[in-house]
Amino acid sequence: MSPLQLCLVLSSLLFCIGLVAVLSRGNAILVLLGVELMLNAANINFIAFWRYGPHPDAGTGVIFVLFSIAAAAAEAAVGLALVIAIYRHQQNIRLQEATRLKG
Amino acid sequence: MTFALILLSLLILGSAAVAMALRNLIYSALLLIGSWAGIAGFYLWAGAEFVAFAQILIYVGAISMVVLFAVLLTKQGHAPEPVEFNSVSRFITGLIAGGGVAGVLLGAILGMPLEVRTAGTTPTLTVKALGAQLMGPHTAALLVIGLLLTVSLLGAVVLASDERRDQPEDAP
Repeated sequence: MSPLQLCLVLSSLLFCIGLVAVLSRGNAILVLLGVELMLNAANINFIAFWRYGPHPDAGTGVIFVLFSIAAAAAEAAVGLALVIAIYRHQQNIRLQEATRLKG
Repeated sequence: MTFALILLSLLILGSAAVAMALRNLIYSALLLIGSWAGIAGFYLWAGAEFVAFAQILIYVGAISMVVLFAVLLTKQGHAPEPVEFNSVSRFITGLIAGGGVAGVLLGAILGMPLEVRTAGTTPTLTVKALGAQLMGPHTAALLVIGLLLTVSLLGAVVLASDERRDQPEDAP
């Protein structure tokens, strides 16, 4: 197995851990952390293909990962603010009870 | 070289899996910090030093603090949460879906003849070259991501702030 395949296996397994957490946990913060894990798995793929790709001097993969990390930071801030807003409405953060669109 | 990658993979996957399985959110957040630091180690291993330090600064430093503050601000009682009757079936369904996705991805990866660049040297992309690329062809994207960060952080402050405080009917 080549190192590129090892990197891809690592990112796939990390993506699936995040996917299982998003699908099966009822806690809003854990669901957000699962989404973060899936984003990190995508970043690992970018870096792996940059490292073992045919044009490592272009640097496009690295720059894409930088922008992706910035977008993930914005997403985490807004998502956790939404979690706090949900908590203020219903006094818990279980997603099964967050069924109202009206505040 | 490969041995270090396997060790890093075990660290990343193990701490992420345990963090997603725990019921205590504080332990989950602390384990995820370990997982994110492992991912930064992977970036260092792959030769992308700047991305590794950005990962440490943003994930290990900033997002972990935001997550811990969110956990503490939404602190619930010391009583453990009741296990709902449908949570077990939901967990099994999620496990089946995630396992199916993992099977498809692993089969595709292991069955695909990937053309790997055979040169063993790590590609070096200096920070100077990275800055020149960010300021040259990617200036528009850099400006847009700065604007996005500003707007989203302002939106987060507005969402999380307690707007009832300035309503006059609450005043005595």
